[in-house]
This record gives sequence, C-alpha cells and structure tokens, in this order.
Amino acid sequence: MKYLTLAAGVLGASAAWAETPELTVYTYDSFVTEWGPGPAIEEGFEAECGCDLKFVGMGDGAALLARLKLEGARSDADIVLGLDTSLVAAAKETELFAPSGLQADYDLPITWEDEVFVPYDWGYFAFVHGADLSAPAPTDFKALAESDLKIVIQDPRSSTPGLGLLMWVKAAYGDEAPDVWAGLADNVVTVTKGWSEAYGLFLEGEADMVLSYTTSPAYHLIAEEDDSKTAALFDEGHYMQIEVAGKLAGSDQPDLADRFLQYLVSDAAQSVLPTTNWMYPAVTPEGGLPEGFEGMIQPGKALLVPNGDVPALREEALDEWLTALSR
Amino acid sequence: MADRAVALSGKTGLFAAALVAGLILAALVAVFTAADVGAGLGPADWAAVRFTATQAVWSAVLSVLLAVPVARALARRRFWGRGALITLLGAPFILPVIVAVLGLLTVFGRSGVLNQFGAALGLPPVSIYGLHGVVLAHVFFNLPLATRLLLQGWQGIPSERFRLAGQLQMTPRALFLALEWPMLRQVLPGVAALIFVICLTSFAVALTLGGGPRATTIELAIYQAFRFDFDLGRAALLSVVQLVLAGAAAVAALWLIPPISMGGGLDRPLRRWDALGGGQRVLDGGVITVAALFLLLPLGAVVLRGLVGLGQLPPSVWQATLNSILVAGLSVMVLAALALPMAGWIATRRRGGVEAIGLMGLAASPLMIGTGWFILINPVLDPARLSLPVTALVNALMALPFVLRILVPRLRETLQDYGPLTQTLGMNGWALWRLLVLPRLRPQLGFAAGLTGALSVGDLGVIALFADQDRATLPLQMYRLMGAYRMEAAAGAALLLLILALAVFFICDKWGRWHADA
Repeated sequence: MKYLTLAAGVLGASAAWAETPELTVYTYDSFVTEWGPGPAIEEGFEAECGCDLKFVGMGDGAALLARLKLEGARSDADIVLGLDTSLVAAAKETELFAPSGLQADYDLPITWEDEVFVPYDWGYFAFVHGADLSAPAPTDFKALAESDLKIVIQDPRSSTPGLGLLMWVKAAYGDEAPDVWAGLADNVVTVTKGWSEAYGLFLEGEADMVLSYTTSPAYHLIAEEDDSKTAALFDEGHYMQIEVAGKLAGSDQPDLADRFLQYLVSDAAQSVLPTTNWMYPAVTPEGGLPEGFEGMIQPGKALLVPNGDVPALREEALDEWLTALSR
Repeated sequence: MADRAVALSGKTGLFAAALVAGLILAALVAVFTAADVGAGLGPADWAAVRFTATQAVWSAVLSVLLAVPVARALARRRFWGRGALITLLGAPFILPVIVAVLGLLTVFGRSGVLNQFGAALGLPPVSIYGLHGVVLAHVFFNLPLATRLLLQGWQGIPSERFRLAGQLQMTPRALFLALEWPMLRQVLPGVAALIFVICLTSFAVALTLGGGPRATTIELAIYQAFRFDFDLGRAALLSVVQLVLAGAAAVAALWLIPPISMGGGLDRPLRRWDALGGGQRVLDGGVITVAALFLLLPLGAVVLRGLVGLGQLPPSVWQATLNSILVAGLSVMVLAALALPMAGWIATRRRGGVEAIGLMGLAASPLMIGTGWFILINPVLDPARLSLPVTALVNALMALPFVLRILVPRLRETLQDYGPLTQTLGMNGWALWRLLVLPRLRPQLGFAAGLTGALSVGDLGVIALFADQDRATLPLQMYRLMGAYRMEAAAGAALLLLILALAVFFICDKWGRWHADA
C-alpha cells in the first residue's frame, strides 16, 4: 500500500512539473461527447489560456455530485460543471466549493444571486408532444389530468427531470399538489429511470406526451428538420432548470479556474451551447439565438423553488408523489 | 475426505471462492465504514422488498416452466437453422435493458403489433404496464437462458440411453419419467434460483414496465440512496437485504438437489428414436415456432431500427467498441481463473450449497461493488485508470453464477463417472484437468466463455461510475447518444452491440461444440 501511495505521489508530482498547467473539469457525460459542447469549449479556452483543459465526464448531474462526495477534498477536479438548481443546496453543504466572485449580465428569467455557482445555461421543463395529438393540447396540469392523454415521466428518485416535475407541481399548486397528482395518476403510462428511456418510449408511440424541455422541439427542427414536435404551454408557468458550474476550494489552479468560469459566460462559449446542449444560454450572445429557437413556446411565468428550500420540499413532495401514484 | 471420489485439489477452489466473497464483502465494508450511522429501513423500503421478491418469483417460475417444453422440443428435433436459432436465443439476455424493452414494445406496446392486430379485430387495447409487463419482460430476458441451461442438461444425458430407450420402444411419457425428469429435477432448482437472483437486481425493467412507483425494487432504492441522497448507510443496508434474499433463494434451491449421475457413456452424437410420431412432431414444431416468434420479433425490431442508424454512428462509437471487446476478453480470462477452480471444488462436495457464493456476485448491486471499490482505490490511485480492469472484474463476478451453473453439473458427473478410474491411474492436479476435465467440459466451457464475453460486451453497470470519456464502452456510448436526442444513432449502436455480443458468443460456443453434433 505504501509503495502504491508513493508511486501515485511521484506520478502526481511529475504532472505538476509539466510546463502547461492542467485544468480538470468534472462534468456530465453528454457535455463531453463529440456532439456536445465540450470539444468547442475546450478548443476555444485552450487557445487563450495556455493551459490544458481536461473534461472528465461522469454520468449525469446527480452522479457528478455523488462522485464528488466520494472523492471529497482529495478530488483532482478544479471545476464542477453540470449541477442544476435542485442540487445546489446539497452541493453547498459539502463545503467543497469556493465563491466564484463572478459578476455577469445574465439573461435569466430570475435574478441570480448565488455567489458560489455560475449559471451557464437554462431551460424550462415542458410536456413535449407530436403534431397528431388526439385532443387539444392541455393548457395546465388540471386540463392534462382531466384529459385521456397518456404521459411518460421520469422517476424523481433516479432522475433530475423527474425531480423537476415534482418541484413544478409543488411550486404551482403548493398544498394542492397531492390532488393534482391524484388526478394525473391515470394519465401516467409509466415512470422511467431517466430522461433517455422516457424520450425513447415517447418516440416509440407509447405515450402522447413526455416530460422534457421547451427547447426539445428545437433539436428536431434544427438537427432533423422535423417540425412535428411541440411543447405544450401551461398557464400556471413552467419550472426552470438552471445548470451551473462551480470552483472547488481545493483546486490547485484557482486563477485558471476563475478564468474558465469567466470564459464560460463569454460570447464564445455561450454561442456554442444552444445547438449542442439544446438549452438557452445564460447570457444571450451578441448574434442572438440560433434560427429555430424563436419558434419555441415562451412560458408566461418562470417557476423556481429557492435553492435552499429544495431538500426539505423534495422529501415532502416525494412522499405525496409516492402516495398518489401507488394507489 | 470421504465424499471425494477424485484427487481434485480443493485448495485453489477454496481460495477462488474466498477471493470472490472477499471482493464483495470488502466493497460492502468500505461502504459501511464511509457511512454515517443510518436510520434503518422504512415501510417504503419493505414495500420495495416485497415487490422485488414477488416479481422475481413469478419471473423465475414462469421462465423455467416455459423453458422445459422449449428445451425438450429443441433437444428432440434436428432442423435447418437449429444452431443459428440456439445462438440467437442468447441475444435478449445480453441486450441493454432499454434496447430490449423498446424491442418488446414494438410487439406488445400501445402501438405495437399485438394491439394493432387486436384493434383490427375490434378488441380493446391491452396494456403492458404492470406486474404482468415486468414478468413478461423478465421471461423474455430469461427464457432463452433457461432454455440453454436446460438444453445443456439434455445434452448431458448420454446418447446410449436414448438408443436403449429407442430399442425398448419407450413412449415419450415413459422416457420423460425415466430419463428426462431425473435430469430436470437436478437442473431446474438451480436455474430457477439463478433467474430469481437476476430479476432481484433488475430495476430499469421493473420501473419502466411496472407503470409507476408501485413497481419499486430494492435496486432502485439502492440507486437512489447512492445517487440522490448519498446515504451510504442506507445503500449498504439495502445491499445486505438483497444479498440475504438472493442467498436464501440459492441455498434453498441448491440444498435440495441430490447429486445424480446419468452414468458415463460413449458420447455418440445424440440421436433420438422417441417422439417420431406425428403428434409429437406437431407439438415440438408448435412450441419452437411460438418461442422463436416471442423472442425473435422484438429482436427483429431492434435490427430494423438499427440498420437506419448504422450510417450515423459517430467515430467515438468505434473506440467504445474496442473498449468493449477488451473488457469482454479480460472478463473471460478473469472468469476462467475464478470459475474453473471453484467449479472443481464445488463438484467434489456432496451438496451444492456452496455454489451460493457464486450467486453473491450477481446479487450484490454493481453500484455497491463499484462504490465500495471506489472508496478503497481512491486514496491510492485515480480510479479512472482502473476503470476497464475493474469493469472486467465486476462483469466476471456477475457472470460467475451462470458459469458455475453451466460447469458444475457436468463436472460433478465427470468426476463421479471417471473419478475411480483416474484414482486407479494415480492422475491428479494438472494432468487430471488437462486429460479429463477440460476435454470433457469443452462444450460447457465454450458456452460459458461465450456467455461471459457477451454479457460483458452488453454490461453498463459499473463502468459508469469509473469511466471518463476515453474509456467508455459501447453500451455507455449508446446511452450517451440517447441522452443527446440521437435515438437513430443510438439504435445503430444497439445493433452493433447486438452483433458484437452474438459474434463473441457464437465464436466461443462454436469452439466448444467442435466435433460435437449437438
């Protein structure tokens, strides 16, 4: 064991002697794939930083946080990119993050006041459906509950969109949430482990609607030239998901980490995100949004549970959800 | 050692078994020590335990009962394409869950073939979601496995017996009672226990087709505890419950089996004289057709969908394919080193209870093993460096029970039949393995290697925790494609995966069946 530690120490030391500094960014899987935003952002940042930017992809946002907790203060990561607003409170509790000190002119539907995390993109949850919907698209949860439309949702115990839906209903209806879920119970065809499974079932024709994002139709429109997918606009407002990045307190490259966060909200990075991550940029780039995004539905009201209230509310909402759907 | 009929050393086997148990327990202990003191399990957890056990019992019993006529029909008939059909039988089992589920839905789903056919006849739509859907999917996954394992049992009956039965003009019924039933009695409980354990740890199937949170399994609760709550204590506790359930099933099933030898024979190619009558032919033909349709229609859907996507595969998929082949190769090697000595050790025992150790590898949640070893490795080395070896090891652990189930009955038989002779000749150690065991077990070894390789190719479990993008395997890359809306490319990757897994399986299995007309 001792020798292994020694060997690891030597390896680590030799990396530190190397001339170009290395910035390690932990992120979720889809960010780093060749069709994700990772490669373009890596190229852009490396061109100006004189450093080696290394993305490490691991699962989804929740897996990212779990991994960080496992590694603790010993983590190699300098930056964690890809947590969302429902995980921010849990992430802060680890005390592994340092304040970013970054000020930017965000184009978010809400005012961003968090000092630790930097938002880089965001979206609204929405029910996406095809053009051939048998009934008029519902305009709120109650209309959805009364309709015969079948929906697929994600399990809040294993997926972030699933958790987002819980928060959505809770934020829109408060104490009435259990009744809304009771009404929705017969619309829910099934609950899946993650977003991919649910979206796959929907495309397969297993359900009329699927819980996804208002920007999902943009993918079909821009990448597949298919304009048959739409998101239903709900009058009670849509719940937001804001994706954030943060700097680790234990980073050995704090200055480089700051520069990366700065780069992340710059035009160069922000203009990459819409058509790679299929979300809205946190700071609208000078050139505006790509063509096709203007056709996406615009929710009248943005819902978001304050980050700090999420953990407690999640417990309560999860219980209500389980009770309503287990009947 | 009075129960030893042969000088097969038990030491390496005992060591291998201890190693397997040690690997799993070390992970469990690591998770427990990293955890705060937990609050124990709540009523929701116990509901999950109940549902898990219920669906697993149904799935195991149905898979095994349905596999008996299918395996019997396949054992009795020779027809064109039989070999290919048997190879294809392995396919559902090795597919990533979501691919297989989407395949199933093209037949049984809301807009699937069955419902469209029903609608044309004016029947109300049938919903697949619920306990019956979960069981249906599990039967789809496990019926082929059960069939293959039972077929191995049939092939273990010496051909001379069937020749004799033919001369005695035994009726199919009499032959079943005299030859087939004793074999089934020996093989069935183990196969059922194996499938029970597989279904115990499944959670994506149960959740997707269960239709809602009623269909919560222990594995989902473990997943939630690790990923969202980061409640290691609860995760470890749930892992223990899962291990205990699986262990109890294994011991109950394996303890009951009396060691039965079918008697040594000359191993001529199996030819059957019974069941030549027309009624029997129609029966077997019908059974094989129905089973083939049930298994091949969803697979056909996977293939059709995949063909469209093959052209859209991004380059990273090919790197992932190489990684998958590497993992499969490593898994087969690790497994051979673990399974052969263990099988040798178990086969010299009178009772089969110790085989339960092998089942632990399957019953332990891969997430638990992965996290445990992450905690152990992390202070020393960057876990990402070890992602492929660890994945290979965990895959080998998960394949271990299948392989033991394949090897042990045949090995036990070989040792009982030839043990006295080898002792007279003073054969032991390596010579015994080389001259007797390995040649006698060649078909089983080929099948076992093929199954392990194919399973590793399709596995997703532990790699997700350790891997970074350079070390992704094919199934992981497929999920990433799905996660980026690229469903067609993902379907292409799924087809590639199917082809790769079948190729691995076919090559190994073919090697095993060299010179054997079976």
